[in-house]
Amino acid sequence: MLKISSSPHINAPITTQSLMRDVLIALTPAMIVSMLMFGINALRVLLTSVAACLAIEYLITRYLLKTKNTTCDLSAAITGVLLAFNLPSSMPTWMILIGAFVAIGIAKMAFGGLGKNIFNPALAGRVFLFISFPAQMTQWPKPDFLNFLNTDIVTSATTLGILKQIDVSSSASIKASQVSLTELPNYWQMLIGDTGGCIGEVSALALLIGLCYMLLRRVITWHIPFYYIATFFILTAITWFNTDNVHFEPITNLLSGGLLLGAIFMATDYVTSPMTKQGQIIFAVGCGILTYVIRFYSSYPEGVSFAILIMNAFVPLIDKFTPQRVYGTKRK
Amino acid sequence: MCKKTFSFGGLHLNKHKISALSPIQDAGVPPFVYIPIKQHIGSPAQIIVKQGDKVKIGTLLAQAYGTISANIHSSVAGEIKKIEEVQSESGYFEQVITIQTTADDYEAGIDTSTQISNDIPQNSAEIIELIKAAGIVGMGGAGFPTPIKTSIPANKSVQYLIINGIECEPYLTADGALMLEKPEEIVIGAKILNKILGIQNAIIAIDENKPLAIEKITQITKRYVGVNVTVCKSKYPQGGERQLINDVTGREVPSGKLPIDVGCVVQNVGTVFAVYEAVMKHKPLYERIVTVSGDTNLTTAGNYRVRVGTPADYLLNLAHTKQSQIGKLLFGGPMMGISSVSLQAPINKTTGGLIVIGTQDSLRAEESGCIRCGKCAEVCPMGLMPFAIASNLRRNNTAPLKALHAADCIGCGCCAYICPAKIPLVDYCKLGKYEANKQK
Repeated sequence: MLKISSSPHINAPITTQSLMRDVLIALTPAMIVSMLMFGINALRVLLTSVAACLAIEYLITRYLLKTKNTTCDLSAAITGVLLAFNLPSSMPTWMILIGAFVAIGIAKMAFGGLGKNIFNPALAGRVFLFISFPAQMTQWPKPDFLNFLNTDIVTSATTLGILKQIDVSSSASIKASQVSLTELPNYWQMLIGDTGGCIGEVSALALLIGLCYMLLRRVITWHIPFYYIATFFILTAITWFNTDNVHFEPITNLLSGGLLLGAIFMATDYVTSPMTKQGQIIFAVGCGILTYVIRFYSSYPEGVSFAILIMNAFVPLIDKFTPQRVYGTKRK
Repeated sequence: MCKKTFSFGGLHLNKHKISALSPIQDAGVPPFVYIPIKQHIGSPAQIIVKQGDKVKIGTLLAQAYGTISANIHSSVAGEIKKIEEVQSESGYFEQVITIQTTADDYEAGIDTSTQISNDIPQNSAEIIELIKAAGIVGMGGAGFPTPIKTSIPANKSVQYLIINGIECEPYLTADGALMLEKPEEIVIGAKILNKILGIQNAIIAIDENKPLAIEKITQITKRYVGVNVTVCKSKYPQGGERQLINDVTGREVPSGKLPIDVGCVVQNVGTVFAVYEAVMKHKPLYERIVTVSGDTNLTTAGNYRVRVGTPADYLLNLAHTKQSQIGKLLFGGPMMGISSVSLQAPINKTTGGLIVIGTQDSLRAEESGCIRCGKCAEVCPMGLMPFAIASNLRRNNTAPLKALHAADCIGCGCCAYICPAKIPLVDYCKLGKYEANKQK
């Protein structure tokens, strides 16, 4: 008996699972750096977050929705890794569980699961924790290279924290700012991750390796990371030239904080970014502008999470107004 | 040479051109042939023979009927046994003329020699009559009667005649083999079409993975004024009519219009060869080149010269196909071909290939939810948004389909091929096209 179906009769060897697996592979360099820098605590945060995300999705599909188990598509594992990447290594385990619940239970499954959520689940979880537990979320253990079992928490400041301080104090006391300046990590430290911060964001190099891998495997295109980073960089550079304020030093700003993590792994999330290239560019430029505004003109030192979440909310609108040009029709 | 390509979407497919360098073998004459009276777009031809009639190769069996139709000729010598309905590859019962074959015997006037003749008749009307009489239709797959395509309405003008030698579907090599073996005939065919279109600008478009054909035809075009070769990138669907026009001329056929509206006529190389044979050799269209290919565990691959009406299983036997293990038998390529309901379905004028797919590969992968990756829109060569067409249809919302240009879908299959969630997007787009056309 011959089988019949409509064309095409062949399929690309890519599946949702294989795409997600590629993203996890792209996240691996940053995972390794987090463990090298923050030791066993980073491993604890990662494992807790990933296990909790998978477990929550499994429980919800099994007992609440009574639908197919979707954990094998690996998207929950990515959310777990990204949530962990956005937490300091000293984060208490029970708080991570709450974050995972908000990410998967509320931001993802309540909307209908993969493909239907409006907000990036990992960022929703992070922002929930950031607002609920500001003290724990802004305590930054000092990186301790290769001292794997070290669990003593010696805290340090993040690069952006120092910059913000300089900015606030510079008008009052120049001396204070000079003291702080020496605490700033150099470019090399920021590239390899020898600086305070969330466990996944510290090493710019590891994140860029992940970006190259995803571009080579055609998991994402270059548009969102490029336009996001370029917009932010240009705005910062212009302000820096005009004010000569060290707070705006563009390369330090580019390499520090969650900008690269956000631009490469969070803003590019398929589900919560626009479908067409034109829409993606608008989205990315919006993220860049908002990050700039929040970083420099709000009370927060960092604005990537808020910027991406705000732009997430605009995605349906952007999609509506940026259809692709159809062959044989005029450019609008 | 600068390689051209189209500006929207497209895919780089694994080509699987297993039979690319296989010479064309004669498939011979099966004991029975089943000649369908509708092998083209338009109305079926009208049967002018009856049971018991003796026919020769090239005898007219059915006459074109209505404005869009084509003559059907006998591909064998023999006796008409039955006029019956059999299942075509698409599953519909269609009227066929069943002929029991005897030894080859040609109608008077058909020149069966392979000697090249390039003494093109002077009178265009005479040429068009010859093409019409020979029952030539577009052999790239659509089967649009050629004489209609080459009769240009008074208010339109032609600047380009594009000869489509791309063959971008995986596995298929019939056009490639024809270009290797009959390059001069194709060039003369292009000259003939130039003549009736009143232009001196035929462009034979060949894609870069056929270097031998490019070389041969380029050599020959040096001796013929008004015929040139353009090399295109190997990209699917480079051979789509609208994509090819975009490559060669940079023009876009406006939505809802025809190639002639931008001054282009596109003909497949197989069709051009048939035009040569009709005009120079007085030979009606009763045979064509067919590739047999596919899963190499199930079949050998090759190119065959096949009489129209030959049942598919006769040809599969020649290629040593393990017929019991076939999952899907495709008439045409794997991206746009039709999966046949029957192993006995007859080869017709538009069948470029029989592709054999194993049982395992014939199953559709399980569908999961759309992850909004946008890859379908990225690869669509028409710039459509298949995800939007599908999601609207799922909600029974047909109103936006027209604005989404669902009617412009060419059915190339890129979207469904690339979809990681394995959503049958082409099915949705075909339905969308139907719904959008209803709204006109």
